[in-house]
Amino acid sequence: MAKLESNLKNMVLSLVFISMGMSAALGYVYLLTKEPIEKANKEKEVSAVKMVLPAFDNDPVTEMKRIATIENNGKDSLTFYPAFKNGQFVGCAVKSFTEKAFSGKFTLMVGFLPDGTINKSVVLDQKETPGLGTKMKEPKFYSQFENKKFEGELKVKKDGGDIDAISAATITSRAYCDGINRAYKLFMKEFAGKANAAADSATAVQTVATNK
Amino acid sequence: MSNFKHLINGLWKENPTLVLVLGTCPTLAVTTAAMNGLGMGAATTFVLVFSNLFIALLKNLIPDKVRIAAFVVIIASFVTIVDLVMKAFTPSLYAALGVFIPLIVVNCIILGRAEAFAQKNNAIPAILDGIGMGIGFTLALTIMGAVREILGNGSIFDIKLVSESTKTILIFILPPGAFFTYGYFIAIKNKLSENK
Repeated sequence: MAKLESNLKNMVLSLVFISMGMSAALGYVYLLTKEPIEKANKEKEVSAVKMVLPAFDNDPVTEMKRIATIENNGKDSLTFYPAFKNGQFVGCAVKSFTEKAFSGKFTLMVGFLPDGTINKSVVLDQKETPGLGTKMKEPKFYSQFENKKFEGELKVKKDGGDIDAISAATITSRAYCDGINRAYKLFMKEFAGKANAAADSATAVQTVATNK
Repeated sequence: MSNFKHLINGLWKENPTLVLVLGTCPTLAVTTAAMNGLGMGAATTFVLVFSNLFIALLKNLIPDKVRIAAFVVIIASFVTIVDLVMKAFTPSLYAALGVFIPLIVVNCIILGRAEAFAQKNNAIPAILDGIGMGIGFTLALTIMGAVREILGNGSIFDIKLVSESTKTILIFILPPGAFFTYGYFIAIKNKLSENK
């Protein structure tokens, strides 16, 4: 077959033909991958929730609720996953974020006990420098936060706090503290100090559920 | 040129990274660890093989004056397919490479091979050229990643070679280290080729 001549009709037709073919292929792949992608995202979140909470027997993921943050006029919201055991409130996983990271933003999951003690924390999505900021995923760094009870704010040692920053990644370490602080403030406001946190949260969850 | 030559062309003689010096942006950005280099290389190879094949098949249907536009549409579609497939089936690899996948669209290797090779050849040589170039790119990226990871982080493929507290040469996993390593690689390649 000879090569098509570059006249207007041929150019328009060939571009339309190629664009349509490629769009169809893309649409098909999108449909094929839609479900696995959702599943993968959900699995990641569920495993993170399980990892940061103490033992529980309810399903925190179906009982999750979004609560608007204190700063930024409540435009952003954090997701709370309350955990119960035998009807007793045992803790809450909070999906928090920070915008102070080296590469913009990352999200993390923090588990709190009813009194505000951090149980565990884990990073979800991040774009930090591989080999530097990504060391926040190593036990040497994140184990500092386990079973940590604190007042006010977490800070790295350079800023007068007691968290050992990752060497050459102070910004990332600060951001990690910032993410935890954001979750902590909101958790204390919403859950702690309430005599019957379990009942409160259960009713709140039910209200959210009925509103849906 | 025989088909076999098309295949091995990209490995050494016309290695896209070290000789053609194409696709330097992903080369410098992702080679902080050997695994990242390997993943980026594999994704690029996939896109390269399929874009080469399609362009070789469609070459007579694409009028010369709109060829670049047509190539870009074809390449961008394959990149999006890779993006979706990786997100769905290899979430952990996607987490590491996610930001770089869209960069394959603007990777000069792919447009360069479409322009310089695929549009002048038939399907079989085009596929072989894609595989060869892809493997050449992957090898260069993986070895660069390994060197930078060993020097900068004291590990290879995430396996620690030194103890946790050992000081490593951090600059090698920072952007300037990418340029140093790249420079040495091209110098070594040129020296070796000179002797032949």
